[in-house]
Amino acid sequence: MFSYEFMRNAFAAGTIIAVICGIMGVFVIARNMSFLTHTLSEIGFSGAAFGVFAGWAPLNGMLLFTVVSSVIVGQLSARSERREAATSAISALFIGMGILFLSLANKNASYATSILFGSVIGISVSDVRQMLWLSLVVLIVVFVLYRFLKFDSFDHTGARVKGLWTNALSITFLVLVALSVSVAAQIVGSLLIFILLTLPAATAKYFAHTVGGMMVLAIALALIGVWSGLTLSYFTNYPVSFFIAAIEAIFYFVALGWQRLQTAE
Amino acid sequence: MTNAPILKLDHLGVTFPNNPVFSDLNLTIRQGEVWSIIGKNGVGKTTLMRTLLHQLRPTQGKVTYLPSVNDVRIGYVPQFRNIDADYPLTIRDFIGLNLTGWKLPWLSAKERVKVQRIIEQTGLTELANRPIGQASGGEKQKAYLAQALVEAPNLLILDESTASLDPVTKTELLDLVTELNQRLNLTVLFVTHDIPMAQKYTHQYLMMTPGKVEQGPISQLTDDKVWEGENV
Repeated sequence: MFSYEFMRNAFAAGTIIAVICGIMGVFVIARNMSFLTHTLSEIGFSGAAFGVFAGWAPLNGMLLFTVVSSVIVGQLSARSERREAATSAISALFIGMGILFLSLANKNASYATSILFGSVIGISVSDVRQMLWLSLVVLIVVFVLYRFLKFDSFDHTGARVKGLWTNALSITFLVLVALSVSVAAQIVGSLLIFILLTLPAATAKYFAHTVGGMMVLAIALALIGVWSGLTLSYFTNYPVSFFIAAIEAIFYFVALGWQRLQTAE
Repeated sequence: MTNAPILKLDHLGVTFPNNPVFSDLNLTIRQGEVWSIIGKNGVGKTTLMRTLLHQLRPTQGKVTYLPSVNDVRIGYVPQFRNIDADYPLTIRDFIGLNLTGWKLPWLSAKERVKVQRIIEQTGLTELANRPIGQASGGEKQKAYLAQALVEAPNLLILDESTASLDPVTKTELLDLVTELNQRLNLTVLFVTHDIPMAQKYTHQYLMMTPGKVEQGPISQLTDDKVWEGENV
């Protein structure tokens, strides 16, 4: 399997994605932003389609759309009571735009499928390098802002009282999610990216005892899902995103069952 | 000797569009004093606290933290907090959240000592490693108090933080606050509806009623005044 360059690239990219999604996922879960992450994935699809239409690399279109829209979404949904409605409206608009751009670019359905569901074949060494740089940016910002992000994500009331700039933090966080979505969409596709940004962390929260522990476990679960998914996809020829989604969902349901058993005892 | 003033409100007023909340509020709070802020719901107690925390700009007058007390640090303990019961956030971790700044993600040895000292002072030693989501109402309030205290505040605001507690836990928490007030000369603002508790644990009162604010030593808060305040 590793004699093929595309598989080596896919594993390298998958490892980067798992680390980024494991770390960011902890904050996504703590901030109850799973639905918003899903919207950013759809915006990513629209951006990738725009990239194709404009003759750019899909990743660049994705980056442009997700980063700009994360700032807009952050402003629109600063008040949680209107977050759901604002997110739904933006989600619908961007899916429609994605379909329009693909149609304008004269690309066929299989191209749309590869953007939506990801592909392991098309990942080059330069793609891996670009993902690595973007991930380093995300990691450095999270490292620098870690204490602020942790306070605001796990105890928003306390952070506001402390006088932390919670709105600015929220927008910065959404931009980081946008970068993560763009990086991770390379393998699992834009439609299923929220799987890696939510499920490993959502599973980890039932087993970990500290936030740091939750992060390590989320990274481990994401790594298991991505590596196993790539391996199974290689041997069966079925889509990698299906395997990753299935593995992460199984982990989550097992965790949920385990937690219920614990509560019942 | 009189303690130095820590906080001064000069003709303070807040008006929401077409809704004056309170106006012309004058108050001087000195270091080490314990005040109860009382009044029925909707009278503006929380608005006043938000103004003191600089979350709301007054429409009239001003709030001054006096320079006689260097670096006024405010600790705030609310009644509720939205914390998921499943978060792997231990009480120790929760207390440490308040130690922010441009620092490394993990707590330094010095900061860990600080957290441990507060855990011991607030009687949370046995519970320190329990997830905060699984703590009882009283344990959570103690953890909120500990988090507010970890940055060594000189002004502590308890915003109806005992409202949902049973009488025993309420007394336990307020005994602890009294002890901290005496030992650390901590200034306390206790927002409450519980008049007997206010009479037992505070030195001064500020009673807010629509269109009127009254203040004085707690010994002068008679039942007649309370009845009048609640029926305006």
